[in-house]
Amino acid sequence: MSALPADFLEKLRRLLPQDGLLTAPEDLAPYECDALSAYRRRPPAVALPRTEEEISAILNLCRMHNVPVVARGHGTGLSGGALPIEGALLLTLARLNRILMIDPLARTARVQPGVRNLAISQAAAPYGLYYAPDPSSQIACSIGGNVAENSGGLHCLKYGLTVHNILEVRAITIDGDIITLGSRAFDAPGYDLLALITGSEGMLAVIVEITVRLLPKPERAQVLLAAFDSIANAGVAVGQIIAAGIIPAAMEMMDKLSIQAAEDYVHAGYPVGAEALLLVEVDGVNEEVSDGLRVVYEVVKACGATEVRTALDEAERTRFWAGRKAAFPAIGRISPDYYCMDGTIPRGRLPEVLVRIAELSEEYGLPVANVFHAGDGNLHPLILYDANKPGELEKTEEMGGKILETCIAVGGTITGEHGVGVEKLNQMCVQFSSAELEVFHALKAAFDPPGLLNPGKAVPSLHRCAELGAMHVHHGQLPHPELPRF
Amino acid sequence: MNIHDQWLAATGERVLQARAEKRKLSIRGSGSKGFYGNVVDADTLDVAEYAGVVDYQPRELTLTARAGTRLEVIEALLAKNNQMLPFEPPHFGADATLGGCVSTGLSGPRRPYAGAVRDAVLGTKVLDGRAQVLRFGGQVIKNVAGYDVSRLMVGAMGTLGVLLEVSVKVLPCPESECTLMLEMPADRAVEIMNLWAASPVPLSATAWRAGHLYVRLSGTESAVQAAMQKIGGAKIPDGPAFWQALREQTMPDLAMRPLWRLSMPTAAKAFTALGQPVIEWGGGVRWYGTDMPADTLRALAKQAGGHVTLFRSHQPITQAFTPLPEPLAALHQRIRLALDPHGVFDTGRM
Ligand SMILES: Cc1cc2nc3c(=O)[nH]c(=O)nc-3n(C[C@H](O)[C@H](O)[C@H](O)COP(=O)(O)OP(=O)(O)OC[C@H]3O[C@@H](n4cnc5c(N)ncnc54)[C@H](O)[C@@H]3O)c2cc1C
Repeated sequence: MSALPADFLEKLRRLLPQDGLLTAPEDLAPYECDALSAYRRRPPAVALPRTEEEISAILNLCRMHNVPVVARGHGTGLSGGALPIEGALLLTLARLNRILMIDPLARTARVQPGVRNLAISQAAAPYGLYYAPDPSSQIACSIGGNVAENSGGLHCLKYGLTVHNILEVRAITIDGDIITLGSRAFDAPGYDLLALITGSEGMLAVIVEITVRLLPKPERAQVLLAAFDSIANAGVAVGQIIAAGIIPAAMEMMDKLSIQAAEDYVHAGYPVGAEALLLVEVDGVNEEVSDGLRVVYEVVKACGATEVRTALDEAERTRFWAGRKAAFPAIGRISPDYYCMDGTIPRGRLPEVLVRIAELSEEYGLPVANVFHAGDGNLHPLILYDANKPGELEKTEEMGGKILETCIAVGGTITGEHGVGVEKLNQMCVQFSSAELEVFHALKAAFDPPGLLNPGKAVPSLHRCAELGAMHVHHGQLPHPELPRF
Repeated sequence: MNIHDQWLAATGERVLQARAEKRKLSIRGSGSKGFYGNVVDADTLDVAEYAGVVDYQPRELTLTARAGTRLEVIEALLAKNNQMLPFEPPHFGADATLGGCVSTGLSGPRRPYAGAVRDAVLGTKVLDGRAQVLRFGGQVIKNVAGYDVSRLMVGAMGTLGVLLEVSVKVLPCPESECTLMLEMPADRAVEIMNLWAASPVPLSATAWRAGHLYVRLSGTESAVQAAMQKIGGAKIPDGPAFWQALREQTMPDLAMRPLWRLSMPTAAKAFTALGQPVIEWGGGVRWYGTDMPADTLRALAKQAGGHVTLFRSHQPITQAFTPLPEPLAALHQRIRLALDPHGVFDTGRM
């Protein structure tokens, strides 16, 4: 924790109400990390503004004093995006937590960034509407953080990610200017900056207001649970369901270890002992759901499902999902620590990637539980480790890195929804060429010329990549030929 | 080197030469959307030759094709597998290409219910203003590594670089489709489109013209049947022809010049004072043929939270789009320079 300049702090104090600035060590402790708690740093100060005017003024001041800023929502990020930076002010948006307007006819909600994801759906519920993206962290994470990470959830395959479900964002630049990206209409003049700021991990501007799209609650949603005695069969079933023309609202897979852990934890009624479990939710109008379920039933049977059940009522549906949603904490009960990976692969490559993960698990002597959004190929292998054993975190990170490189090798990506943050900077060097990384840096500079917003996150420096000797081979050329070798 | 690599190498040379000679390049697929955007004074860079589907995995719901690939070819290939482009793009010409479709970012009638071109784009391969080949995004649905440059390319009208390849998400065709027609005034139609969209009805297109609301329902046979009962009205015999005429703007209502596109929040009032509009996208887009000055229209749209495009005109168009306010305009300029520092593609088309 290197201190902030005294005159900067003094001016900052004057900008904010008494309770708007934290500097006492005991007050700062909760802001040391996000949900990737293996990385920690105490911030020198935390600003808690309540208004756009305060944020504008803070950013202006930071620019004038050349002080970097880390924006923070509710700190549930899994890649260290909100991890404090040496000598940087932490700016939390938690107090901008009002739902400003719900327009039931236009099906939109205008909200401040600190509003929790689930609170939007709760506020929209009286109108029969909801906000579709539902990260498992939805009771806690902020909508501002969702935009900054382009968060997904269980229902992405059919309803898309955050980027597909927002209309307009108001953001404040490092100059203190308020900009509006997107519009309340279906499009806006100029470049699609709404897409650019979505998933920008606090690097481009501070998001201060979001207009989200609300959807009508489906008339009916029903979950089918299918157990398999081989994970490969379950993988095949996923492809076959899609080939049959069904787009399930959600399609999730769990492996043996996860099934067992979840069952022990929440008693969801899962078939313990199965090698793989598929949860398929079909939603829509009543007739459509009946038809869809019939097709899914036939497909999973044909793919060798050993047991198939449909949730008989809402209580059972909730229970089926409770097991899946509690999978992470359930694993947390059986292992001192776990490391959650987040690669995406083309669905068809699932079997070979799972084999590779099993090999790595063997090689490193670290168990892996697999829980994934099978419908969109987004894997969450959880590596089980013990942080108290010297060197085990490092071993875990190395193994995680190899899993991500496997994802790239089969045509996938190193992060499906958790973002790069500080965690996957090295793998960015593998996924992108130096020319591509330079474009990212140039785009950041276009928004943030002094480079003060969350510097060093999300996009690795070319030097880092060169030092790492990462092997992105582009058109048969050596990576980063312009840089000296170390 | 195969023909595609040869083309790419030659095109890279072309870009470098333009840069050296300080000339600008205007990218052209088939020219089907040449009417769209501001007139430009630049050399033409033809990309139609760089064509062909690179990868199509029906089970992955993804397709990757070179930018010069004709939309017709892609749609025929998808149809063989009972799949479609979710955004139902207008062609505006028999040879319309994927690159042109993505660069203009124009979507068709299904847009409000299944997403726009930008929503379906998963990844791009781009030739930038330094003749570098860059890849952004990929072929998977979920991908948050790096800024979303692929979506930035959508609707950029070729001013950020040459699209070489695009990966898009595709969807299964609905089992059943049917179009209903109901008689009502524009205001009521806008309200109804919004009300239905807020309830679980399997809508896939809505439009209003000449005193009638048109509604397309898509889904399983049973779901469409059930919705027909709910909605009422008369089933029109040739639904597909109606939506095609709307999408391709071949219906007489859209023959007026100048033709303005008002992009509005869906529930905004219908501006009947401007004349009889054609309304689509659940109220989100309204077409007017009017001689009203651009500034008046822009002010009107802005007040309602929307914006205006001069879509077609008999005169050369010099200001098609609503000008951006500061500091957004300066930000756009800096973003353009990030991808094209020497202004090779700075044609002023948008
Ligand atoms: C148990 C658990 C389950 C999870 N499940 C999912 C899941 O299913 N899907 C998924 O996608 N994610 C999931 N996550 C990850 C996480 O919840 C999301 O990334 C979430 O969007 C983060 O929101 P937050 O408010 O906590 O943001 P933070 O962690 O506070 O910040 C995240 C990033 O956003 C930036 N940021 C935050 N607010 C703003 C703002 N207003 N303006 C600019 N930048 C900002 C920060 O600088 C940082 O880079 C899960 C996390 C946990 C702990």
